Amino acid sequence: MISFIGRSVVQKIITLFFVSIVSFLIIHIAPGKPSQVDPMNPKFTPEVVERFQKEFHLDKPLHVQYLYFYRDLFTGETVSWKDNQSVLKKIWERFLNSLPLFIVGTIITWTLSFPIGIRSAIFRGQFYDRSATFLSYLLISIPGFFFAYVLIIFVVNQFHVPVIGMETFGIGDGASLPHIFMDRIWHLLLPSVLGATGGIAVLSRYVRSQMLEVEGQDYIRTARAKGLPPEQVHYKHALRNALLPFVTMFGLILPGLIGGSVIIESIFSWPGMGRMAYEAILARDYPVILTVNFVSAVLVLAGTFISDLLYLIVDPRIRL
Amino acid sequence: MNTEEKQFNEDFQLETPLAPKQTRLQEFWLLFRQNRLAILGLFIFIIFFCCAFAGLFMTSGPDPLFDPAMIRLQEKLRPPLAKPNLDSLRHEEIPYLGFYLMGTDDLGRDVFARMLQGAWVSLTVGFVAVGISVLIGIFMGGIAGYFGQHHIRVDHILMTVVLIFGAVLVTANFIRSGAMLLCLIPAYIFYSIRIQNRLGEKTSHLWAKFLSINSISIDTLIMRLVDIMLCFPSFFLILTVVALLPASIYNIMIVIGLTSWMGTTRFVRAEFLSLREQDFVAAVKTLGAGNFRIIFRHMMPNAIAPVLVSATIGIATAILTEAGLSFLGFGVPPPHATWGNILSDGKNFIFDAPWLTFIPGIAILIVVLSFNLFGEGLRDVLNPKLRERH
Amino acid sequence: MTDDNTLISVQDLKVYFRSGHDCARAVDGISFEIGQEETVCLVGESGCGKTVSALSILGLIPTPPGEIAGGRILFQGKNLLEFDEEDMQKIRGNRIAMVFQEPLTSLNPVFTIEDQIGEAVRIHKNIGAGELRDRCIQLLKDVGIPSPVQRLKDYPHQLSGGQRQRVMIAMALACDPDLIIADEPTTALDVTVQAQILQLLKSIQNTRSMSVLYITHDLGVVANIADQVYVMYSGIVTEQGNTAQIFHHARHPYTQGLLASLPSRSKRGKRLFSIPGTVPNPAHKPSGCPFHPRCPHAIPICGKEYPKMCDYGQSHLARCPVLFNSAKGYN
Repeated sequence: MISFIGRSVVQKIITLFFVSIVSFLIIHIAPGKPSQVDPMNPKFTPEVVERFQKEFHLDKPLHVQYLYFYRDLFTGETVSWKDNQSVLKKIWERFLNSLPLFIVGTIITWTLSFPIGIRSAIFRGQFYDRSATFLSYLLISIPGFFFAYVLIIFVVNQFHVPVIGMETFGIGDGASLPHIFMDRIWHLLLPSVLGATGGIAVLSRYVRSQMLEVEGQDYIRTARAKGLPPEQVHYKHALRNALLPFVTMFGLILPGLIGGSVIIESIFSWPGMGRMAYEAILARDYPVILTVNFVSAVLVLAGTFISDLLYLIVDPRIRL
Repeated sequence: MNTEEKQFNEDFQLETPLAPKQTRLQEFWLLFRQNRLAILGLFIFIIFFCCAFAGLFMTSGPDPLFDPAMIRLQEKLRPPLAKPNLDSLRHEEIPYLGFYLMGTDDLGRDVFARMLQGAWVSLTVGFVAVGISVLIGIFMGGIAGYFGQHHIRVDHILMTVVLIFGAVLVTANFIRSGAMLLCLIPAYIFYSIRIQNRLGEKTSHLWAKFLSINSISIDTLIMRLVDIMLCFPSFFLILTVVALLPASIYNIMIVIGLTSWMGTTRFVRAEFLSLREQDFVAAVKTLGAGNFRIIFRHMMPNAIAPVLVSATIGIATAILTEAGLSFLGFGVPPPHATWGNILSDGKNFIFDAPWLTFIPGIAILIVVLSFNLFGEGLRDVLNPKLRERH
Repeated sequence: MTDDNTLISVQDLKVYFRSGHDCARAVDGISFEIGQEETVCLVGESGCGKTVSALSILGLIPTPPGEIAGGRILFQGKNLLEFDEEDMQKIRGNRIAMVFQEPLTSLNPVFTIEDQIGEAVRIHKNIGAGELRDRCIQLLKDVGIPSPVQRLKDYPHQLSGGQRQRVMIAMALACDPDLIIADEPTTALDVTVQAQILQLLKSIQNTRSMSVLYITHDLGVVANIADQVYVMYSGIVTEQGNTAQIFHHARHPYTQGLLASLPSRSKRGKRLFSIPGTVPNPAHKPSGCPFHPRCPHAIPICGKEYPKMCDYGQSHLARCPVLFNSAKGYN
């Protein structure tokens, strides 16, 4: 077990190293200069541009820049080029904004997908299954922002619920705490539901196919031959086996933290991580892009690691 | 002897009629036919394909039937089925059908014409992107699955490094030094072959031993590459590259293709790993078939099933991605019309001219839905584990 | 003809499977009886309907593609085919138990041996945890598994094939059933293990006064353990009788063909015999007698009329009027 963990961690660190190099190269090799340093940019005089270059080591060769950047990253001193704020602080703020969206979305997704998927598998081919299947396909196929606009129009016209932004503008002064709380919830509702619907569609289909595969196994037939009632056959014998791969999927939720859907955040003007990364890409704000990339890679690798570990614990057939 | 042989033959002749023979394709079609949603998906796809193809002809050329690029500012934002205001239009500006089938957009362009043109473009984006990703995926997955246990030796790495340096130097105009490095490569290959022939097994030289050390295996290498690619959230990667490169339809297709091969690689590798151990591969090997023949002629047709499924679903995803990119402003640049373009152009007029959003949105929905249904139907048919037990 | 000694009586059972336009007649009207403490063997090639018959006794045929198209299964006077699901659950594992062919895939990989055997008991009987554990240990001992206490905590993949099959048998015995249905339990095992399992089944049957319905394609096994033998072909019973009658006085061409195909030392050096032709597709059966296309004794009427069972006396029946008439001609 220990050797497995050790080997895994070392491999992941090596991968991380390569990821950092690749992302660095992509940024710098792509054409176009950061807006701050673009000689075409009329806002900056040549002296400013030169000073900017010196300060951020842009005139040095690539590998030196690389070392500088990562030194700054690990000491927490990376600074955004756009507005000179500390990158880590920016990321943290936006992360806190994205977090409720992410948590609510994930909870909705996971708590709804399993019952729907399991029920679809047990009643395969019947009305419930057919309608759930069709709805899933519909939700997977709809372009995200189209669906968002349809929902927004519908909700705004029917329920007069505010949807844009994290809170209603100007509500901060003088409003009571429950009022603020409710306001936040209203604003949180639509974006998380939107994010969740796609996830529910995909996950419930996957749950269904796993359940179906398990239900076709011989040991389910044995369980029935023992005289077990259907509930025990499905929820004790089949489910326990079908859920195995999903335990590992828990670990893979982690990268979603930094994902944040750019599209949903743009539509709802939600100041989250997705939009920050998007704006950084547009402005060629290298430190921010690279930091976000790095953090995302760390999360992906950590998530994979946790998945592997969970799989080891949960499946009795795998014992190291 | 003769009667014995005859007896022998007779014993093995089949006298009873067997069930009617079906080719694999027929068997597949019969099973597929039972899944009505999948048939619907296929049907819609065929209609879409015909429309796109017809649309290509009807909207291209100098004097097309439906002109998607004709700007009539006086006719902007007309609703669908609206009749044009004939007085204000020149003769060639009058739409072919006599009215605007799907209305006009904010520049007065005929939405129906743009949809027709966009159909082919969206289709092309989907197919080319998926084509690229599938090709890369099959190649990487096949190599990883089949040659997985082969290791890369130190001298292989050295030669690759020399190759890259040489190429870089040549492209950076240091032709002489670059060429010198590049010449090292055939020299080394020649040398190592001669050395091997002469020394045979006894490589006593220390550096020779060093050069033949095995480092990582090909399987590990490719899988690490896949892991690295997976560390980048895919939409961000596409967005980054597309934002940084000059906008063009080819860049988008290539980028989407280059960032979505990982899934196919994993599938193909998994299939190859299990197929490699099967008896038919051993049988073909004993017949003397070479490696590539085995991979492409024998193993690939068996491994193709998950690739097909993920390819059809991949086309759907590519179309959606392109729409998403257009929404953020990084889609295919004008004058090409794609459905994503039309949809995102319409987002500014969502209350005044909802048809600009709904028509392409619903169209994308139906086409992507048909691909997904077809792909899932394929998966159900090609996956023996999910069939009903008899 | 049922009498008080009959435990279970299958009468004219028909099980069909529909897929698309095809209707596969897997079981096409078979009848057999199992008496108290009797070992009955259903013999036949793959695809002749033996497993389907066994599964229908326990109501385990999946009903979307499959359907019971006719017949009765009388168990202790009641027709099992008319039982609803709840009543069937009381029978399964309790009065009638089944042992399957593939022990690895038939045991749930994520539960321990103790869980799975214990479950078989707990469903039908209300006993406490301690007594349950003792019972599991006793069952493992009964089936001949060494160091049963350690084995309780093991998972199926940690046992060998023979041990897993013994565990399956232990699960079947858990509630002391009246009938055990064994569906080719030794086909997936080595020959030596096969002999052990057969021995085990015999001894269990003696100590617990159970009946056994043994399904197999191996005539050697049949000769070893059977009291009554039913030979099946393409969904029907072609011959039935006790072991001596079947092996020494086979009266149906198919049975004769099966026996002739057995390699034996007396035939050393001669050509092996095989029945020409292949088993018919259950969806496209020949008219009349299903065996007639392959039968060396076939006459034109065999392809037109479905043959009736011919009685040779002492419960030896064979479904071939041609041989019956020629045998009668001698007397």
